[in-house]
Amino acid sequence: MEIRPIEFRPILASLRKHRIPAMLIVLEIALACAVLCNAVFMISQRVNDIHLPSAIDEQGLVSATLRGTDDKLVGSDIPRNLAALRGIVGVQQAAITSSLPLSHNNWGWSFGTSPDSALANRKNINVSLYFIGEGGDKTLGLHMLQGRFFNADELADSKFDTAPLPETHVVVMTRSAAENFWPGQAALGKTIYSKPYYYTVVGVVDDVLRPNVYTQNTRKSYDAVYFPMSAAGSKGALSYYILRGAPQDRDRIMREAEQKLADLNPGAVAKGQTYADIREKYFADMSSMAWMLVLVCVVMLAVTAFGIVGLTSFWVGQRRRQIGIRRAVGATRGHIMQYFQTENLLLTTAGVVVGMGLAFGINIYLMQHYEMSRMPWYYLPGGALALWLLGQASVFGPAQKAASVPPVVATRSV
Amino acid sequence: MFSYYLDLALRSLRRNKALTALMVVAIALGIGASMTTLTVLHVLSGDPLPEKSSKLFYPQIDPQDMDGYKPQDDPPAQVTWLDGIALLHAKRGDHQALMTGGAVPVQPAQSSIEPFFEDARYTTADFFPMFDVPLLFGRPWTSADDDSHARVVLISRKLNDKLFQGHDSTGQTLRMEDAAFRIIGVLDGWRPSPHFYDLNSGNYSEDEGVFVPLTTARELKFGRSGSMDCWGKGSGGEDDLEAASCVWLQFWVELDSPAKAAAYKEYLLHYSQEQKTLGRFQRPPNVRLPDLMGWLDYNKVVPGDVRLQAWLAFGFLLVCLVNTVGLMLAKFLRRSSELGVRRALGASKRAVFAQLLVEAGTIGLAGGIGGLLLAFVGLWLVRMQPSDYASLARLDLPMLLATFLLAIGASLLAGLLPAWRACQVTPALQLKSN
Repeated sequence: MEIRPIEFRPILASLRKHRIPAMLIVLEIALACAVLCNAVFMISQRVNDIHLPSAIDEQGLVSATLRGTDDKLVGSDIPRNLAALRGIVGVQQAAITSSLPLSHNNWGWSFGTSPDSALANRKNINVSLYFIGEGGDKTLGLHMLQGRFFNADELADSKFDTAPLPETHVVVMTRSAAENFWPGQAALGKTIYSKPYYYTVVGVVDDVLRPNVYTQNTRKSYDAVYFPMSAAGSKGALSYYILRGAPQDRDRIMREAEQKLADLNPGAVAKGQTYADIREKYFADMSSMAWMLVLVCVVMLAVTAFGIVGLTSFWVGQRRRQIGIRRAVGATRGHIMQYFQTENLLLTTAGVVVGMGLAFGINIYLMQHYEMSRMPWYYLPGGALALWLLGQASVFGPAQKAASVPPVVATRSV
Repeated sequence: MFSYYLDLALRSLRRNKALTALMVVAIALGIGASMTTLTVLHVLSGDPLPEKSSKLFYPQIDPQDMDGYKPQDDPPAQVTWLDGIALLHAKRGDHQALMTGGAVPVQPAQSSIEPFFEDARYTTADFFPMFDVPLLFGRPWTSADDDSHARVVLISRKLNDKLFQGHDSTGQTLRMEDAAFRIIGVLDGWRPSPHFYDLNSGNYSEDEGVFVPLTTARELKFGRSGSMDCWGKGSGGEDDLEAASCVWLQFWVELDSPAKAAAYKEYLLHYSQEQKTLGRFQRPPNVRLPDLMGWLDYNKVVPGDVRLQAWLAFGFLLVCLVNTVGLMLAKFLRRSSELGVRRALGASKRAVFAQLLVEAGTIGLAGGIGGLLLAFVGLWLVRMQPSDYASLARLDLPMLLATFLLAIGASLLAGLLPAWRACQVTPALQLKSN
């Protein structure tokens, strides 16, 4: 096939004659491009949030909560319950804690780094408190980066008095929390204060999420600290029994743990949950939003494609005579195909140029009015490319129909 | 004339089924998607008590100390026990109630039902008349019951169905946290949405199953839930919250006229001033008196995600509309010759225009029906979701009508330009080219 440079002039001349349909295609593509870029960006943000990492063994973790027990008896109840839970086949570790990442059960406090830091001090850093019993580190699968976990004495001596802070002087914190308290310095051995309480950092663990996360500020989502807590002194704060086993056993372990706790504590209400469920539930809204966005995008692209097919088909029908004449004077089928494809390329290009501007504008608007961050630049060419491909794919059918117009049409009057 | 146009429209739509279907589907998809999200938005931003919301107010006062004081700060979102009780006993409003949420273990008499936790509301007598709570059986408690810490309880219809198979349970005993309560009333299905009177327990959360006098709940140390903000010496634990410098209660007041509302605000200012003189408050008086909708607005109750979705759905509807404009244009212009004949035979431009708009409206109606079906499917999908608000997503009559109006309006709008273009055909030219 002979290759000729693509002639834009006749296309432009013809588009000038069909100004309104041409403008409609451009407008439709522009709108589709703008909505697509923003929707895909939102989807990617949601997906990022849903997969926020947390350095615990989420796959093998099971939790069981017990409500309605007598807080005065927890000192003997908790060890008894834990011993029973450890007896479940497949349970490698069991411990007790006050809350879990993404459980919505947040206990927040703010601490400062100077000895006179009081609670209301504005320079204090707000963190989530986790109180944890013996073996909690191994059950959760915490990654110790520096220092150590609490020793047996610290665990046994820690208790609540009248204040909501524990009577102990040791704390383990996440890497992010340590970095927020002492940027660029080693945290080990340093102290956090909330008058009159003070706690010295004995260990730093890899980042664990808080019970509630900040999706727009993921750095803040990891400000968590661990305190040791004895069963007897916990005043009912330790309410999450956690168990760790092989991922394939977790559903069975959950059911058995629930049953066992219910049997041991008549009158109380036991509820088991796998950690995977806790995470899924926490992000359920987000994932349904993401799916809805995906659906809207797919349907919108389909509608846009239909629109292009419809209008191009109409043009082809209108121009059968002209196509016939071109064919009669020597244009090949390829030339006719090329004509319609180029026409579509021009329209789509105009559409995406307008659309990228629009997408950018919408993003700015959403940033001002909603929790939305700036869209990275590559979403714009990405959206443009998608619409180019869509345009070419949808013009293919009508263009082929055009190419199959026989030259003899030129000699007939319809 | 209209029926003739309708006949013409149907004939024309039948002639090119693929293009017609394409237009109807495009409108239906646009309408379906936007109506689904708009319905969710409508349900969520709706007025929980349309009859009364303008008369219900949520007083806010600032009892904090000077620590971290900034003049422009808003007062706390709840009240302390001392202030709540003072405002309650002052009886300056037509109705007033003090309340907090909680959860209690319910120990059913039947051995077939395991003990379970039920969300509870601890409140005062006016709660029921003030919020127009409908009762299926029995009556609410009185302020005398509040004062005497009566062991009485109202239960929800759902709980009544669960424990008493829907029979009138008034007079029966309900055991909660090892204490016996006499059931004096059963609520008829009452689920104001949003859960406006206490936004701490989730904006669209299910409502409580048991309602107990606040004084009784405090006496028996029932488990409390919700948020609590403290300052100064704070609290020494759950048992002495009555004396704590913490806000943890919600206080609502009903004021039947704007004049009363203005007077009540004046009263709050006066009260704050008085407390400051007594040395209990330290900050300058800072009071607010938002009404129900103002309070919801202040708390940004409608999830941002839902608003975003509504925007997106409108963008999508716009794409579908532009698409329909294009397709209609193609369709109408293709019939230029037919329109030319009609014009040559004496039809005025106006008549042709009207005929084409009838055709556009017909497409809109079909699209509206399709869109409605899609919205039903969409809302069903939303209801499958685990969100708090999901189960509320249903199409009501106004939204149903709005769907049709939107569909027909949108398609008429989409038909305007194509119809106008098609009217511009010169009859002579069209006839000649044939």
